[in-house]
Amino acid sequence: MTTLNSLVLVCLAYVAFLFAVAFAAERAAVRGSRQWLRAPLIYTLSLSIYCTAWTFYGAVGYAARSGMEFVTIYLGPSLVMFGWLWVLRKLVRIGRTHKVTSIADLISSRFGKSNTLAVLVTLVAVIGVTPYIALQLQSVTLSLAIFAELDPGGEPLNKGPAAFWISFGLILFTMLFGTRNLNANERQHGIVIAIAVEAVVKLVALLAVGAFVVWGMAGGVGEMMQRIDQSSIAEWRVERGRWATVTFLAAAAFLCLPRMFQVLVVENDDDRQLETASWLFPLYLFAMSLFVVPIAVMGLEMLPESNPDLYVLTLPLLLEKDALAVLAFLGGFSSATSMVIVASLALATMVSNHIVMPIWLSLHGEGASVSGDVRHVVITARRLSIMFIIGLGYIYFRISGGSAALASIGMISFAGVAQFLPAMIGGIFWRGGTRAGALAAVSVGFVIWVWTMLLPSFGAGGLLTPQVLAEGPWGIRALRPQALFGFEALDSTVHAVWWSLSLNFLTFWCVSIFTFPRPLERLQGAQMVNVFDRAGGTTRGWSATAAQSEDLLIMAQRILGPEEARTLFRQEASAQGYSGNLPDPSPEFLQKLERELAAAVGAATAHAMIGQIAGGPGISVEDLIAVADESAQILEYSNQIEAKSAELSRTARQLKEANTKLKKLSVQKDAFLSQISHELRTPMTSIRAFSEILRDTDELAVDEKTRFASIIHDEAIRLTRLLDDLLDLSVLENGQVTLNRQVGSLETLLNRAVQTVQPGGDGPMKIIRRRINEQVLLQTDLDRLTQVFINLVSNAQKYCAAPNPRLTIQANQTDTEVTIDFIDNGTGISEADQALIFEKFSRLGDSDGSGAGLGLAICAEIMERLGGSIRYLPGTGGTGFRVTLPKVHAMAAQ
Amino acid sequence: MRKHVLLVEDEANIIEAVRFLLTRDGWHVEAHADGNTAMARIVERQPDLVILDLMLPGKSGLDILRDLRGNPTFAELPVLMLTARGQEQDRDLAAQAGASRFMTKPFSNVEVLEAVRELAAQ
Repeated sequence: MTTLNSLVLVCLAYVAFLFAVAFAAERAAVRGSRQWLRAPLIYTLSLSIYCTAWTFYGAVGYAARSGMEFVTIYLGPSLVMFGWLWVLRKLVRIGRTHKVTSIADLISSRFGKSNTLAVLVTLVAVIGVTPYIALQLQSVTLSLAIFAELDPGGEPLNKGPAAFWISFGLILFTMLFGTRNLNANERQHGIVIAIAVEAVVKLVALLAVGAFVVWGMAGGVGEMMQRIDQSSIAEWRVERGRWATVTFLAAAAFLCLPRMFQVLVVENDDDRQLETASWLFPLYLFAMSLFVVPIAVMGLEMLPESNPDLYVLTLPLLLEKDALAVLAFLGGFSSATSMVIVASLALATMVSNHIVMPIWLSLHGEGASVSGDVRHVVITARRLSIMFIIGLGYIYFRISGGSAALASIGMISFAGVAQFLPAMIGGIFWRGGTRAGALAAVSVGFVIWVWTMLLPSFGAGGLLTPQVLAEGPWGIRALRPQALFGFEALDSTVHAVWWSLSLNFLTFWCVSIFTFPRPLERLQGAQMVNVFDRAGGTTRGWSATAAQSEDLLIMAQRILGPEEARTLFRQEASAQGYSGNLPDPSPEFLQKLERELAAAVGAATAHAMIGQIAGGPGISVEDLIAVADESAQILEYSNQIEAKSAELSRTARQLKEANTKLKKLSVQKDAFLSQISHELRTPMTSIRAFSEILRDTDELAVDEKTRFASIIHDEAIRLTRLLDDLLDLSVLENGQVTLNRQVGSLETLLNRAVQTVQPGGDGPMKIIRRRINEQVLLQTDLDRLTQVFINLVSNAQKYCAAPNPRLTIQANQTDTEVTIDFIDNGTGISEADQALIFEKFSRLGDSDGSGAGLGLAICAEIMERLGGSIRYLPGTGGTGFRVTLPKVHAMAAQ
Repeated sequence: MRKHVLLVEDEANIIEAVRFLLTRDGWHVEAHADGNTAMARIVERQPDLVILDLMLPGKSGLDILRDLRGNPTFAELPVLMLTARGQEQDRDLAAQAGASRFMTKPFSNVEVLEAVRELAAQ
């Protein structure tokens, strides 16, 4: 007989063997020969972790209890592989392009990288998978117990402590496998190979037991078929609701189970693997299920009192086929360990990535992510997570009593993780799905699952009192866990799956419809839903050939500067044992280079640049957006600088202009002062000269005295008028003048001007007016306008040299303005002088003493203040001036 | 024979004042108002002394003076410059152009008279 101790030894030897295989695979992966690790066969075999101890032992028990229904467990994944391959293909493609690390990562990425969602999915996954892990503990414990019972020298196995030590062993085993090296990469080459080996072991074990049963015990296929026909299994009938529900559940779980997601999506390298798996994996499942019914039938016949879940083990033991029993045990052990390892690793990744690391980073602040011990923290977090998850499984096992049928425990887990299905499938096929929808859907589904399936699974008096189970909480019958809203007739599994998933789906749909996705959600949604529209990268992480090192160096030189780049490359080359400047572009070096570049050009740009050369994963839209963000910041900055420099040069130009203006003004001021000086000194000269003559000359005649005194008088008046003009001009030019707007008729103003120049109405100059045109009401400063008119009339009288001087005053009006022309029959003003007459002191060269040349300058200033203008009117045959007033100030006489 | 002075000036009142002063002192005073024709007038009349206003219509007193000094006949002709722009700069320019004396308006009658007498005696 095989003793318990020797069985433990066999287990340890088997584990050591697996470990060696995994180690070799890791070494091979590091050496770069990944090709065979990526073989579609390996991928397909790794999918066999779907077949856990439940399938290995439990399927027989399932068949013994429920007949052919056990087939649904194989049918679900097969249907996915046959019929839903397009769903899988999309999932796998999204997983590769977005570097998805877990199902929580996928769902949170899809819905705008929501960490809340990631945490929720992680928690649901941990709780959902816990019964499943408990199931594995239970199966290994039970199988060990069988051996213990048959061990003549031993004692019956104490299941509690045994399960504890099994858990402990599994934790150790998983840690050794999954977190042995400090590389926190989610890829687990070693484990994939170990799983593949275990897949072969469990298939061979089950086939061996099956063959033994059919040929060794029944005596051939024909005899076996007869026994089957006679057994109770043959009487079994399809229960459509359950059949469909469980098939669907198995299919959903195949997609949603964290460990399946790990091997199916995260470990996937290319579509070729999936193509092979699509036919090979159903074949594997078929082989696994081939002998289930014969074993069950034979078990029911030979060992009617025994636990049907263990027929695979107990039948060989019954016939004292120890070696076969040990092989069967190893098959079950393989099934259980591979499941626990991958499941707890996948969950640990989720827990550490989405729960532990965010908390740790927030506790350690910004600098933590750049310090060196992050990887150490990640590894520690994963190890603790593994302990926690397997520990939970152990606790579930202890609380549930370890007595339930394996299949029913498995169903609970299936239904639990199936709650991700609406959010996941909806997320990758429907762009309208929102974060709020996914959160609400997973929450609602989870709560209903807990209430209708998980809590009742502990049995009446477990976590729910019999009263709650029978009458509902607080007597609300509509909330009875196994008869929600009064649906009593349903099978409990169908009931729970139906309610949780339909409400889950409905919630996802409704909440998504009524909420608005954030930009990142839209972007991620669009990318994932349309993942096939763009050429996705086929590799993950950096991998480059040596030929690219030179390109990398050239690029690095451009960014880091020739010296620094060469130093960096030379150091790496010598670290790798090469002379010269070109190291192998190992992934580590590429990451290092990316960090160096990131310091110079920003992380996203650096990633994209290395991606271009090293041909890593295609640059995602996200990368591009990050690049665009960086570029936008740089652009913004350079725009600011540009704006500033434009502003500076504008200021400089303005200053230059102001300076030129000031210089010009200064020159003008000097000239003006010089002019004023001249204009003032001239009358003063006469005054002084004649007053000295009057004072010093004794014998002056009376008429001489009178004449000289009147010259002095006239010159004094000239001087006064000059000062008045100067003052007037100064006031007008400084804009200090206050306009006194009144209404008056043009005729009246012209009358006043003419009257002033020719008191009494007659003079040497004849003034011609058309009074009918002067019937215009003006609203303006009438005194100022009159001043302009006086100036023009008096100038004409002063300077018109015609023998019969004549001045024509003619008013006209258009829609917009009133014009008044003053035209005399003089000689006119030369074109050159026309430009000067409105300047100060521009009195054209004449010797007439009156007027100082300020008159027209003052007129121009006044007209500007009044909103009109005055200009010389050429081509009149004499001297002509036109005064223009805008019509705003003009009204037709009433 | 009375000495002949040519007054190039465009202000009628100033001409009258200077004429009154110098005539009483025994001068023959002739006035000319236009800068453009002043030189020709001097050449024609060959005065003993010229009183020249700086700012004249047509041609400035300085230009007339330069023309005079450019002509060997009038190199030694006494010229009294009068100006209403009494700036240092004008005084220097007049001295450079060869003015015999420079006075600013308004002037003192006595000073003008003395200046004319001195210049004529030289």
